[in-house]
Amino acid sequence: MRWEHGLLAIGFVLLAIGHGMGLFMAPEEAMMREAGRILYAHVPTAWVALVTLTLSFFAAVGALWTGRYGWDAAVEATAETGVVLTALLLFQGSMWAKPTWGYYWDWDPRLTTSAILLVLFVGVLVVRRVVSDPERRLTVTAIATIVAFVDVPVVYFGVKWWRSLHQEWSSPQTVDSTMVMPLRIAAFAMLFISLAICVIRWRTILATVQAEATAPDLPALPAELSLAEKEV
Amino acid sequence: MSGAHHRLPGALRQVVLVLKKDLLIEWRARARGFALASFAVTVLLLFSFAVGPNTEVLRTHAGAYLWLAVLLSSTLLLGQSFQIEVEAGALEGLVLAPVEPAALFYGKALSNTLQLIGLALVITIPMLALFDAGLAGSPAWYLVVVVLGTAGVSAPGTLYAGLTARLDNRQLLLPLLLFPLLVPCLLAAVKATTLLLTGDAMNQVPSWLKLLAAFNALYWSVCGALFPRVIDA
Repeated sequence: MRWEHGLLAIGFVLLAIGHGMGLFMAPEEAMMREAGRILYAHVPTAWVALVTLTLSFFAAVGALWTGRYGWDAAVEATAETGVVLTALLLFQGSMWAKPTWGYYWDWDPRLTTSAILLVLFVGVLVVRRVVSDPERRLTVTAIATIVAFVDVPVVYFGVKWWRSLHQEWSSPQTVDSTMVMPLRIAAFAMLFISLAICVIRWRTILATVQAEATAPDLPALPAELSLAEKEV
Repeated sequence: MSGAHHRLPGALRQVVLVLKKDLLIEWRARARGFALASFAVTVLLLFSFAVGPNTEVLRTHAGAYLWLAVLLSSTLLLGQSFQIEVEAGALEGLVLAPVEPAALFYGKALSNTLQLIGLALVITIPMLALFDAGLAGSPAWYLVVVVLGTAGVSAPGTLYAGLTARLDNRQLLLPLLLFPLLVPCLLAAVKATTLLLTGDAMNQVPSWLKLLAAFNALYWSVCGALFPRVIDA
């Protein structure tokens, strides 16, 4: 058993504790009633999604700087986890929005930014699947990640000016003290689980990429079968 | 080489030469430009059919239709600008010339910006006619919005066109990567254009222009810095 499996296990234990406290011990939210309890899942997801995508930006800078496959694999592992978390975030948000706002979707800055973030990073993962040469794939993925990440603040402010309606950022200052502890525990649970998944994926991706990079070239095809050379 | 260029410093001179080269290629293949403009006008027509003959709605959203037409046409134009280079192996030739990769980027991005400005201005006339819109603001401000909006499309667009030029699914990948990125640019350009068309009682145009300028400053610097790596890849 590797250390990340231990981290994953701790994450799940904390998740059970945090959500147990959130569901059964913490008071009902004053305005949103029981639906407000999604806070313990939704807010940690949002925080950790942002953490993983930020990590993927730094990994992309590292990949471009050093050209090492370790960084390259880290870009994919963190971007992938970030995409899953962002998708989860939008799903949770819609589930909560229907009973609270009366509709699933609203063009609020944070919602819209999350949706754009999701398509941006899905694009990064898609372009990664298309490039077969490992070295070129490293460059393409790193550049697409950097360009996508620097867009996030601009998207946020653009959409913020455009329209606004959302809860204030949830932080220990804006929520009642009885809600702080389950929220903190759930946030660490989500962080540990996501980091563990990132590391597990990182090992797999790195092994794949290294196998590709070190694999010997295929023997030359017989002349009549050879494919037209597409690359210049 | 003409005399005027000798006084320019090296990198700037290379930018101008790449720009002139690209514009000359486009001028010699101007049938392509006409085809692109026709495509953009077709998109404008499609919007009116999709929305219906409600003049009031069409007039309100004229700015949005204009920018979507520019955006949809831009991927064709951007893809084309690298297609020529890659197909003939001209990119290697340029790099070996030697042209600085950054100069290549700025030359190409400027050429794409100028072509998109031309396109946006050409389809402005059918846009005003089809949607019964009129310019309430000053034409000078309209030009500023067009310049900043198209420049915002062009900087990341040129980088991504270079990045996807050698890939198999480039027609799909370029818009897939580019369009979500351009959301703030599109938003600001549409808002500013709509305000200029319908009247800007609250004087909001400057704040949208600031957002456009910030978007441009960010991407013209970041993409210029990253482009040399695109050439290596």
